[in-house]
Amino acid sequence: MPTAAVSTEPLHAVTVTVNGRAETLHVPARRSLLQALREDLSLTGTKEGCAVGTCGACTVLLDGRPVLACLLLTVQAGGRAVETIESLSRDGALAPIQEAFVRHDALQCGFCTPGQIMALEGLLRRTPHPSDELLRRALEGNVCRCGTQLRIQAAARELAGAAAHHPGGGPVAAEAARDRTSSHDVRRSR
Amino acid sequence: MPKIVRQKIEFEGRVEERDVVLEGDDLPIWKAEQSFRIVGTPVARVDGAERAGGIAQYTADLYPAGLIFGAVLRSPHARARIRRLDTAGAERAPGVRAVLSHLNAPGIPWYNGLSALFDVELRYAGEEVAAVFADGAAAARDAMELIEVDYEVLPHVVDPEAALAPDAPKIHAGGNVLGGAPEQYTRGDVERGFGDADVTVELRAETQDVLHHSMETHGSICEWTGDRLTIWDSTQHIFGVRRQLAAALRIPMDHVRVLSRFMGGGFGSKNQAAKYTVLAALAARRLRRPVKIMFTRAEESIAAGKRPRSVQRIRLGARRDGRLVAIEYRGVSGVGAYRAIGTPLAGPAKELYACPNVRTEVWNVFTNTGPSAAFRAPGFVEGTVALDCAMEALADRLGLDPLALRLTNYAPADQVLDRGYSSKFLREAYDMAARAAGWSRRTRTPQAPVRTGGPRRGLGMASQIWGGAGSAPAYAEVRVNADGSVDVRIGTQDIGTGARTALAQIAAEVLTLPIERVTVRLGDTDFPYSPLSAGSQTIASCGPAVRMAAEEARRHLVETAASVLEAAPSDIRLEAAGLSVAGVPDRKLAVHELTGRMGNFTIAGRGFRGANPDNVTIRTWGVHIAEVEVDPETGEVRVIKITACHDVGRVINPMGYRSQIEGGVIQGLGMALCEDHVTDPDSGTVMDLGFDTYAMPRQSMVPEIEALAVGRPDPVANNLGVKGVGEPPIIPTPAAIVNAVANAVGVRVTSLPITPAKILRALHAASGAAASKPAPSGAVPS
Repeated sequence: MPTAAVSTEPLHAVTVTVNGRAETLHVPARRSLLQALREDLSLTGTKEGCAVGTCGACTVLLDGRPVLACLLLTVQAGGRAVETIESLSRDGALAPIQEAFVRHDALQCGFCTPGQIMALEGLLRRTPHPSDELLRRALEGNVCRCGTQLRIQAAARELAGAAAHHPGGGPVAAEAARDRTSSHDVRRSR
Repeated sequence: MPKIVRQKIEFEGRVEERDVVLEGDDLPIWKAEQSFRIVGTPVARVDGAERAGGIAQYTADLYPAGLIFGAVLRSPHARARIRRLDTAGAERAPGVRAVLSHLNAPGIPWYNGLSALFDVELRYAGEEVAAVFADGAAAARDAMELIEVDYEVLPHVVDPEAALAPDAPKIHAGGNVLGGAPEQYTRGDVERGFGDADVTVELRAETQDVLHHSMETHGSICEWTGDRLTIWDSTQHIFGVRRQLAAALRIPMDHVRVLSRFMGGGFGSKNQAAKYTVLAALAARRLRRPVKIMFTRAEESIAAGKRPRSVQRIRLGARRDGRLVAIEYRGVSGVGAYRAIGTPLAGPAKELYACPNVRTEVWNVFTNTGPSAAFRAPGFVEGTVALDCAMEALADRLGLDPLALRLTNYAPADQVLDRGYSSKFLREAYDMAARAAGWSRRTRTPQAPVRTGGPRRGLGMASQIWGGAGSAPAYAEVRVNADGSVDVRIGTQDIGTGARTALAQIAAEVLTLPIERVTVRLGDTDFPYSPLSAGSQTIASCGPAVRMAAEEARRHLVETAASVLEAAPSDIRLEAAGLSVAGVPDRKLAVHELTGRMGNFTIAGRGFRGANPDNVTIRTWGVHIAEVEVDPETGEVRVIKITACHDVGRVINPMGYRSQIEGGVIQGLGMALCEDHVTDPDSGTVMDLGFDTYAMPRQSMVPEIEALAVGRPDPVANNLGVKGVGEPPIIPTPAAIVNAVANAVGVRVTSLPITPAKILRALHAASGAAASKPAPSGAVPS
């Protein structure tokens, strides 16, 4: 395991729930949650695009809400629940939100994609049927250099709109997305 | 028996003579009327699940056991000499394993001998001074601050026109002009042409430094096993990296393996090996540990390449009916401190429109700024701003429809190389785009600048010319496994374009398999050679090789089936993954039944890319129409819609095509309106160190984009009839937007990015001029 900290830095024991599992980490105070996820827990689906909070590539959910993992110290995440892109798929099967991204070609190089998906996931959990304007705003902070913005909008609109227009029984993917959303809502509500 | 022939090959806007090895006969070209099962239908990315799932491992994601992290100390000065360097403090810092600098690293020549791996003379703010290697990235960066450097600061120059002055600081021993002289081109008699002209239009265009800002920064991991080196690299050119590293380290090429299975964007900035890879390799050899160097976003802003700024002046002479009789063009490209090849700024002016008298001159000028790099259609995006904005200014001057003016000057053949085009369906593209965009709604450009009133709409157009033919060499292997599944091996890269998917479609098509049965393996120099993923060449270079490999595997399947089914091979049909005897429907077996019977005897095919047809020029073509809304009181521009139509030959994957078009348009949109990589002239340092200060298009800025394709296969270009689509869609976007703004408010602002401030300034300046005399619409002196 890579050692990010040099020997002179004091380490802090922090327990974070990551993707439903309690993880105890020993980290220097300055170690970001992004570094801890990637280097200590090998969860490299969360990407580093800038490390200074300007691109959204490292978006994860903290207690169900999207945050930038590069701006959060690992010690600040103690006792809280973190969800990363790896938590969405189950047994290798993509979640409906991920399937929608693939179906709409809402990714090119794919490097910003996990952050885009987590930002959208965070929005849809709070607001299952957002307006187009709200969708765009929720993703405004997620930089994509390849130019997938319109494809992401299409995927997001399908996820948001299909459920709205077919409340009783929409397309399978959209319905699954809604089920998933509500189950998370239940789990997160406090 | 292979033979070598000499051909003119186009790459990234430049034509050069190259030796081409002809190995044998190419396949017959897919006919225009041929019907396909998978080719030409939209297919979702075959690696979409890996990328969207967060499973895909990019170079940045690899942390091999025992990893050491490297960080690079960079010059704070635009031009300086290192008087003294002391790394002792850094070497003693906690966690530090090694420090490399000119004091202890081998003097490997770099930038074609203009400099070295570590040079004591530093020519841009950001140039490498030393590298620290430590147990963690944070430790390496901490220690970097303990390096003491005594710099002798030297006078610098960051403006390319200033660098041309006789008394400018001399950046290289050979002077400040790349190649020592401008690149010149002449045909016909330009003076006579202007003498015959009824009208002339002159225009100055300036384009800014633009950053690639790939989301995955530049970086490598190097690991030695004995005397063998493995490199994981975020690169567009694994074979290039292998060759360069073998040369730099003086080791045989077969001792170097380069891997790049997933890559987070490049746009031309990752076309070759860079110093960080060599530094990681040197440190890894010394420390006997894997070493990783990844750029920070700030390093990406100062030392990862850029589209260099241009200053251009163009003069068009035309007859009253719009026929061009003369084009004079001068371009200056500020290529930064290092660049091996010039920026082909004059490409569009030389070739896009029919004109008998043309003279162009391009100066590629070194400055004390970060090195430039190819960036998606280098030179042509900039050159199109000059040419196509001048064309619409000319149309406005003559009271002609800009589309009609372009059709009047339609070039049926290549006037530069004096030969025909393999195909040119630009007329069709104009027609499709004009209808989709509602071009007939365009109203005349206001004669005087519009300074008041509410937002005004405008329509503008620009054409696109570019290469994208691809060429040999490229090779591929296809293996049909015992269960009937297929592996394609090819040493290309998928830098986000969807190459993996398109190549899988081609193999699946030939072998009549569902695409799920095909896996394309790429990004590994253990696989057959393929060229760099640049120049819009991947599908046009690699696709034909994959087809040939699949066709060979198909032939072997048919021949083997013939022996099992006791029929002549010519009577065997391969359809829907089944082999049968023609006219005897019950004598059949599935591909997997056949390969299953064979056990580990493997059906395989090898393919190569044939040579391009000789004596014909292969080009991609296209047109964009921009519809904008401009607020004349604030200068704000809102792009409503970009309609794009391109002729790129046969489209393998319409879904991937649309994504490429949208991506190019959105990058062009950023270049037109907001992106600006700023170097402070006084200090020579970069002012934008990341996304907070370098403005790229975000969700709210992206307009509607209609992506149309002419979709007609090229009849001779290669065995698939394909051309490239990566670069064409960025080329016309900025010029089309500038023209649309002019059509809306009556001033043509050709200094990019066209910010509200520049538009307001132009409106005020032009209306000042209009007060003294009635201003012709069109070019605004800037």
